[in-house]
Amino acid sequence: MRLLEYKGKELLNKYGVKIPRGAIVKSLEDIQTLKAMKFPLFAKSQVPFAGRAKMGLVRRVDTINDAENAARDYLGKVIQDYPIRKVLFEEGVNVAKELYISITLDRENRGYLMLASTEGGIDIEEVARKSPEKIIRLYIDDYEGLRDYMIRGVAQKLGLEGSAVQDFVTVTKAMYRVFTEYDAELVEINPLALTTDGQLMALDVKVMIDDNSLYRHSDISIEDSDYTTEELEARKYGLHYVELTGYVGIMANGAGLTMATMDLVKEFGHEPADFLDVGGGASEDSVKEGLKILLTDDRIKAVLVNIFGGITRCDEVAKGVVGALNEVKTNKPIFIRLKGTNEEEGRKILTEVGLKTYETAEEAMEALSKAITR
Amino acid sequence: MGMAILVNENTKVLVQGITGREGSRHAQYMLQYGTKVVAGVTPGRGGQTVQGIPVFDTVEDALRKIPDINTSIIFVPAQFAADSVYEAIDAGIKLVVIITEHIPIHDALRFVNYSKRKGVTIIGPNCPGVVSPLRSKVGILPNHIYTRSGPVGIVSRSGTLTYEISYHLTQAGIGQSTVVGIGGDPIIGTDTLEVVKMFEEDPETRYIVVIGEIGGTMEERLAKYIGSGKITKPVVAYISGRTAPPGKRMGHAGAIVSMGMGSYESKVKAFQEVNVPVARTPTEIVKLIKQYIR
Repeated sequence: MRLLEYKGKELLNKYGVKIPRGAIVKSLEDIQTLKAMKFPLFAKSQVPFAGRAKMGLVRRVDTINDAENAARDYLGKVIQDYPIRKVLFEEGVNVAKELYISITLDRENRGYLMLASTEGGIDIEEVARKSPEKIIRLYIDDYEGLRDYMIRGVAQKLGLEGSAVQDFVTVTKAMYRVFTEYDAELVEINPLALTTDGQLMALDVKVMIDDNSLYRHSDISIEDSDYTTEELEARKYGLHYVELTGYVGIMANGAGLTMATMDLVKEFGHEPADFLDVGGGASEDSVKEGLKILLTDDRIKAVLVNIFGGITRCDEVAKGVVGALNEVKTNKPIFIRLKGTNEEEGRKILTEVGLKTYETAEEAMEALSKAITR
Repeated sequence: MGMAILVNENTKVLVQGITGREGSRHAQYMLQYGTKVVAGVTPGRGGQTVQGIPVFDTVEDALRKIPDINTSIIFVPAQFAADSVYEAIDAGIKLVVIITEHIPIHDALRFVNYSKRKGVTIIGPNCPGVVSPLRSKVGILPNHIYTRSGPVGIVSRSGTLTYEISYHLTQAGIGQSTVVGIGGDPIIGTDTLEVVKMFEEDPETRYIVVIGEIGGTMEERLAKYIGSGKITKPVVAYISGRTAPPGKRMGHAGAIVSMGMGSYESKVKAFQEVNVPVARTPTEIVKLIKQYIR
């Protein structure tokens, strides 16, 4: 999961990375705490995605009244299904140069990878596309770790001089500590500012923590992550749910089959509204709760259920489907492909409530395609 | 004999986490399939039996009593799974299949690198395991799907999708030599290319099916290797996730397009450049294979 900016900064700062002086505002009562700060400040909505400035979610405030207005505007607003719960107010920094630096997993070489660039402040994917030669790559062996000389080499390539070189070593080692101690998949500082008075300071950061490691990080809260309310709800039932932009609801079992089902919807010229994987060995309950998410989603015109019962039993799935329909009143058509373990029993349960099943996902999708207008 | 890969009639299995719900259930299913499940381990439960299988406190105890154990399958919960992997490796077991889902990725990175240094093959984590139909199954793949042995080797990053494709192949009268589910995590013990190399060496496998998905560069690396001419057997592929948006994780932790790497287009292009046909839907795999068999 991706941490909110302020939380990522907090972790890096703990290990010695300098950050602008700032304060978190959760409600209007917190505004008074800003009095001690040096205006103008920058109000930054804590939402976990890029492009906040363009979306009008970052603004400069000159007075305490301005700050209060900004907090009032931002707090409680819902952006891309994500509610703004916190606003970070930061003092300004005089920037001489903006750098990029990150540590990530190297899947191919089964180790870590440090990326650095003089092109800070812009999306690294854009740099990779337009001027890949400006990205410095350093492979780090997970067993041997990161050594100072390696970092000094990167600092040299970035054109850093004097005390900035040692500061850069400090920053990088702090990042490495956060990366390894917090089970991170990515620790990124972008931009890392070289200030006019020669300091290195993290202006924006992106830290992604491995969800599976949360049990050993009691100081990381899921509240500070990029999960939307729906995604958190789905997690409770062991479902993998990702919201997409289309209008055909999808539920399937297994990540691969669910993706294949999305692709099939597209193949028929339609747009998937979600990725919903009820998992291998899904229970009646998880199917029920999953389908309820789709049936109560206003964007969805019709639902495609694609189940291949291996470990998953088709009768369990059928019971879950019926359960959801009993709890949610809907006129969305549902097209169910049911195949595999206990297929007969499952089909019987669905026929009793007047639901048809299909032999293949293609047949179900074809029927769906005829039933809805684009 | 050297027929099929990774598991066969000589496979003698130890189940780590055998007293847990999943461990005991799948020990039973494996026995029913005909797998030689000879021992189990759960710390503190030594002396008990599960489905008639003797349980030991440690892997070392199990090996002392039953020295011909050559494979371990791990069902231990994620928080303790890494410890079990090291225990199996240090006891000298050379094939370790990790079914457990949600193992922290930094743990997996360390034990996978350790296994490579020790010459141990790890399959998984977060995988359905391996089956050589009618011979042996070390995994959780459904027994009733794997009823026919034959010339097709399958390597896959997905579980259910693999069952589906195997089912259709078997329905069409085409059996499988070995089916390997390598797992959906970003760091795994054995990747697609390594399994394809094993299939190339296996006299029984004549055709290879690769089931990939978005994320990482395994498929691209396989394509490059095929391009070098070292794989002589026909390979066909299916890649899921064509419609997945970048930066979003699609169920499997490894199924994510990031830093411009791992896109559907890049994988399909890599395969097409080396004349590996890519099916548009999972069922199309059967048609593609039939063209070669004909």
